[in-house]
Order: sequence, then C-alpha cells, then structure tokens
Amino acid sequence: MTKTALQFRHNGRDVALFVDGGVNLLVALRESIGDMTPKFGCGQGGCGACSVLIDGELHLSCLTLAETVNGRAVETLDGLKDGPNLHPLQRAFMEQFAAQCGYCTPGMLMAAKALLDRNPSPSRAEVIEAISGNICRCTGYEPIINAVLAAASGGRARA
Amino acid sequence: MPVTVKTFANFGEAASALSSDRSARYLGGGTLVMRALNEGDVSISTVVRATDRALTRIDVASSRVTIGAGVTFARILAERELAFLHAPARSIGGPAVRNMGTVGGNLFAPSPYGDFTVALLALDATVSVQGGLGARDMPIEEFLQSRERQSGALVLAIACQRPASADAFRYRKIARIKPKGGSVITLAAHLPSSGGRISGARIALGSMAATQIRARAAERALEGRSLDDAAINAAAAVAAEGVSPTDNALGSAWYRREIVGVHLRRLLSGLE
Repeated sequence: MTKTALQFRHNGRDVALFVDGGVNLLVALRESIGDMTPKFGCGQGGCGACSVLIDGELHLSCLTLAETVNGRAVETLDGLKDGPNLHPLQRAFMEQFAAQCGYCTPGMLMAAKALLDRNPSPSRAEVIEAISGNICRCTGYEPIINAVLAAASGGRARA
Repeated sequence: MPVTVKTFANFGEAASALSSDRSARYLGGGTLVMRALNEGDVSISTVVRATDRALTRIDVASSRVTIGAGVTFARILAERELAFLHAPARSIGGPAVRNMGTVGGNLFAPSPYGDFTVALLALDATVSVQGGLGARDMPIEEFLQSRERQSGALVLAIACQRPASADAFRYRKIARIKPKGGSVITLAAHLPSSGGRISGARIALGSMAATQIRARAAERALEGRSLDDAAINAAAAVAAEGVSPTDNALGSAWYRREIVGVHLRRLLSGLE
C-alpha cells in the first residue's frame, strides 16, 4: 500500500508527512506530528473531542480524511496559547472551573474559538448552539457556557 | 486496514471509478464513510473523491432550486434564498457536522439519521445520479426505494420546487437531546393549497422505516380539505399507517407508532 505525501499548515507552521490511505486527520496529528491536543473520543462524530479548525472552520478531525487537508491550514488547541500566555478562552475555562476531567476541553475550546472568531459577542443561546456537538460528562455544561461568555466579554473589555 | 484513495478533478471520472469497483465508496463530507473506516469496515477498499466545483454549486431560480450533492448544511444555512431548508439543515449535528456533512451524503444516512432527506422527500425532490450507464434524474422516492443499489452511483445534485409560502412547508424533528441529537421521529409536510383547500399534500417521515417514507394515508386525509381541526385530526389518526419503525436507544418501535400522530397533529396545527 503506497503512502500519500501530505503538506499543510499546522498551527502556523508548515508540516510535511506521509500517510497511509484512509488515515484520518486525528491519527495524522497525534501519531505523525505528535500533537496530542485533539482527543480520540468516539470516532463517529458524536462527541467533538477531536474538533480542530480547518481554514478557520470547525471540523471533526476523526472524520476528516487526512489527505483532504493538503495545502490547507489546521489549527488545534496546541496553537491556541501564545508562548507562556494562555488564550483568553483558556484563562476563562480555568477561572470558571470549566474543566474537570479535561478530556472534552480541547474540543470545547476549539468550538468556542470557532464561535468567537466570527461572533465576538455571542448570546448564551449562541454559545449553547456552538458547543452542541461537544459532549462533556463532568461539568453539566453550565461552567463551560459561562467561561465562553466570560472570555467573550473579557475580550471586549480589552479591545 | 489501509484503503486506496482516488481523487478526481472531474465528477464523471469519479463516477466511472465508483461504478467499476464494488468495494469503492464515495467520500463526501466524511461523516458516514470515515466513520465506517474508523469502525474497521472491511467492505470498503477504495475511497473515491471528486474536487469538481460542479458538485458544490447552488442554483436558485425563482421557483426551483438545485443544490450540488457536495453542498454542506452550513452553506445551506448561509444561503438566504434557501430559508425554507434552514430548519432541516439546523436540526442536523453540531456546527462541525454541519460544516462537513453534505446534502448528497444525507441521502445515504441510515435511520435514525437522514433528517434533511425527510424534508427533500416532502418537497418531491429530484435526485441527479451519474452511474455507469450515464446520468439520469429520478424522483427521490424511487431513489430511496433503491438506495441499497445506489452505492455504485454518484449523486450529483438534488433539485426541488420552492414552497409557495413559508407556511406551505413545515418541518419538525423530535430528539431527546436539544439542540442536537438523533431523531426519534422527523416529520416534514409540504401543503400546497388552492382556494383554501389542500391540493397535493406530501408528508414525509424519518426514523419510521428502513428509509424515509411518505405518510400516504395522512396525505389522502388532507386532500381537498381546508387545514382545519377535523382534517388535521383525520390525518393524525392515520399517521402510523404503513410505518415499520424499529427499536433503538432513542425510542422503541411501539413508542414511535404511538406518538407519530401526536407530532403530525402538532406539525399541521403549527404548534411548537
């Protein structure tokens, strides 16, 4: 079975790798690139733990054929922080106790980022809709929703 | 198990590759085929893709719309001209699934999925299919009845008439989890009327049989009548005629039969 050459931008950095046919983007990110921030949850598109941004759009990396991102830009949670400084969403998640076991957190943060990138002042209903594809079994969602709203208003105050 | 991925710039070449290989599956948004691969489906040895822009085109004419099979639900939601399809598009998945899942793929989504197709069935859509013997248009009902045999064909587009008014097309998905969740029942009704009387009603149901089906007895109960309580009750009373739902984690077959009339009554009454 031949491998396919693949090049794309990973968190602002160009990467080149070879993938087996049919490999999904999540496996390519975790096993070939070593970016462990997107998580494997269900492999079915039901949990959102593997969410990443592809050209700024929220996608499920486990349902994305790796070679379809050739030439595109992939953002994962690993690219969210700026050096030692946490992203406002990460800080808000920390301050609002929005992570317990933490397994859903990378996907939640990427879904929240996808929302805030196009809608910096979302309503509560819009936040709920934005994370509706992400399952959390610990928090009951309320702290997560509050954290996204806090990050949104915090961002506004700084702007 | 690794699979061979074949990517074509032209949909005709992709259709040929698909029809000539029984173990080939067409990859659209990935929400069905990648899921199957992740689950180790060994019946798929080749994945066929097409990057042809013709598959992602939306043509909106005054009364008829044509939507490329590769158009995602997020794009439907971004298209103001397709407002009548926003409710079914919004009822699918979370934002990531809507950014990936396509209109063409939804035609193949097994129960309890395939909500968008319920809307298309009520709207009497036409499915354009390219097979080994060339392209042809077929009514969506015929497509769904022969769906098992269609995996070797490439769906190019769907087309449907725009409902005459917002009130003439109604959609409702019953899910246990809100705002996202698999369907207990999905209902859509196209209710054209002339002179205050229903003429040519089409009611479609999802999760009530192996594929999306029409509630023909309920359609007949509305024909030629105004949409009053008596007509709505008559349609609701026969809503379960011809259905063959199965048990799943979201609801039992018994429960689905019991409540389909209730939800059809609410849909036709315009109740939330």
